[in-house]
Amino acid sequence: MSTVIKVENISKQYRLGDVGTGALSHDLKRWWYKARGKEDPYLQVGETNDRSSKGNSEYVWALKDINFEVKAGEVLGIIGRNGAGKSTLLKILSKTTTPTTGSIKVRGRIASLLEVGTGFHPELTGRENIYLNGAILGMTKREIQKKFDEIVDFSGVERYIDTPVKRYSSGMYVRLAFAVAAHLEPEILIVDEVLAVGDAEFQKKCLGKMKDVSVNEGRTVLFVSHNMAAVKELCTRSILLKNGLINLIGNTNQIVRDYLLTQSVVNSSNDFINDATSRRGFGEVRFTKIVINNGDSFLDPMNVLSIQVNATVKQSISDLYFSLLIKSPESGEQIATTGLIQLADKELKSNSIIEFEASIPANTFRTGLFPTYFWLGRKGEMAEDNYPYDLIDSVYYLNFSTDKSKEEIGYSSELPGAYVNLNYQINNIQIF
Amino acid sequence: MEKIVGVDSMEAEQWSEIIQPTAGLFDLKLAEVWRYRDLLFLFVKRDFVATYKQTILGPIWFFIQPLLTTLTFMVVFGSIAKISTDGIPMMVFYMSGITLWNYFAECLNKTATVFRDNASIFGKVYFPRLVMPLSIVVSNLVRFGIQLLLFLAIWVYYLIMGDQLHPNWYLLLVPYLILLMAIIGLGAGMLISSLTTKYRDLVFLLGFGVQLLMYASPVIYAMNTIPQKYAWFIRANPLSSIIETFRYAFTGSGQFSWNYLGYSSIAAFVLLALGTLVFNKVEKSFMDTV
Repeated sequence: MSTVIKVENISKQYRLGDVGTGALSHDLKRWWYKARGKEDPYLQVGETNDRSSKGNSEYVWALKDINFEVKAGEVLGIIGRNGAGKSTLLKILSKTTTPTTGSIKVRGRIASLLEVGTGFHPELTGRENIYLNGAILGMTKREIQKKFDEIVDFSGVERYIDTPVKRYSSGMYVRLAFAVAAHLEPEILIVDEVLAVGDAEFQKKCLGKMKDVSVNEGRTVLFVSHNMAAVKELCTRSILLKNGLINLIGNTNQIVRDYLLTQSVVNSSNDFINDATSRRGFGEVRFTKIVINNGDSFLDPMNVLSIQVNATVKQSISDLYFSLLIKSPESGEQIATTGLIQLADKELKSNSIIEFEASIPANTFRTGLFPTYFWLGRKGEMAEDNYPYDLIDSVYYLNFSTDKSKEEIGYSSELPGAYVNLNYQINNIQIF
Repeated sequence: MEKIVGVDSMEAEQWSEIIQPTAGLFDLKLAEVWRYRDLLFLFVKRDFVATYKQTILGPIWFFIQPLLTTLTFMVVFGSIAKISTDGIPMMVFYMSGITLWNYFAECLNKTATVFRDNASIFGKVYFPRLVMPLSIVVSNLVRFGIQLLLFLAIWVYYLIMGDQLHPNWYLLLVPYLILLMAIIGLGAGMLISSLTTKYRDLVFLLGFGVQLLMYASPVIYAMNTIPQKYAWFIRANPLSSIIETFRYAFTGSGQFSWNYLGYSSIAAFVLLALGTLVFNKVEKSFMDTV
């Protein structure tokens, strides 16, 4: 197979702090060096991008010396924690910003879906927006015309196609937007967690479409996600980024495992929770804090597990359910759930705050690193109709370990591969 | 993509695109802009449709705005301040100036904020950025076209009523004058938009600068009523001779000079070239600084 993307020594430097203070003097100095034929003085400095430690330099490398190749028809996963440089890499690939050094050679047309519905205008109808959005993504009017019926069909909003999209529900909006994007015909498709929206059925449809695009149509896909299950399903090869450097590159299964192991801190800080752009669900309610066993890094399977959850209501809602799913360390499939737990049955006004504690009895888990799936939402008539306000998938990990021998633990309860219902207790629900 | 190649190295350098830190200053990618022409017209359509959705009068608002401005000018500058309109009916005099001026001002204002207004789109998707300012100029052209019809209607009315209007062959220059206005608005707008992505200072100037510039152009007064010692200053404004020529073509009063028009043309194209180059340079990395 031929190489369609060749990334050579890509680095990207950012200046920290406020643009404006001191920027002019740096610009002048940079210009002065350049005018004398010298190298940019600020390229010499800079530190790797470790967000949590305080650095000495004003300049950081969001990406440093990235090299890799992608073959035609390959689906490459890009994973890493928040701030590892995934988005910067995608931005450079999709040409919304330039690299500081290095080059990327590309064969074929690139379309990037860093967000669905870019350029949708609320006042325009669904039909008008299909044309506009399609053109923004690089299609000509003729191409859109040819695909129009297919797009409408895929989105499932035919009835509302001549209604302004501001009247759409958020679900319909996303469906239409993804439908346009899914019908692009570039040789290379860059996808950044756009699947993170919509209901379960639609997410499945999207994953299926992505698979279809790569397997049946032979297109190259770069896929960035926090959702390890999706990465494992779609990608054979992956890149793990860490602090702007390529940490690992190779077989996806291996890399996902390594990635999960590096997440040894259970409460992988609350950065993710504050980061609205990478969040899923429709946003009527948002998790604001999740703390597992007071923030311990390692959990003892022989102790009770207690999880403190806080959430804020952004738009008033009529009912609120919570659910916690535990996934298998090996396959990433869901192996245990609390089911839907009703937290409130009366209307919650916006700005209400909900706090509660969920506890799971001792000896429920074996040792291992279990991805979790926190869910807040509305219960539907059927399971497929459950509507997520917010969900946090595979961000918090339960890291159970013990120094006791197997005999000493004497697993009273083993988590089997099958789906089981967790025993749980919900304490102290407080609504302010 | 379908071709079968045995050895990788054989097709080693057939890349369709190379992403690099900096491209050449003159690498304007105009062919690419042409390929995205559908997008340009869809932006124009969006602007037009979206502006007047959920209004009762719809595009009639295009008429109301210049009409009210003209009436205001007639009262304030014509009747109260009694500034001479050089023998031309006040309505025709002011409206000719305002219609053309509005086109320039709209082009400039909208283009000057193009990066900030579209940061959300620009940050997510790549398309040749030049499409955006071009679409602004074209969509304002539609608006201008409608306003021009209103002006023509009024002009024809006064013509039939036998007022002192002497249209002449310079009317043939009108499309060119409009083009010049567009080019100056576009060029200056792109220049300002590029300079303001990093340092926002110019934004403040722009707010009232356009207003002030109008008074330095013969919109509310006739060129030949200006005292000689200020005339050079007004002449130095490349917009002046465009507005003056426009008015001269329709009414036959005022001054026309090929020299001044030539000066305006050169200024316009220099501004356009400068604006395009700077815009093209800034466009690549503005997301990091905007």
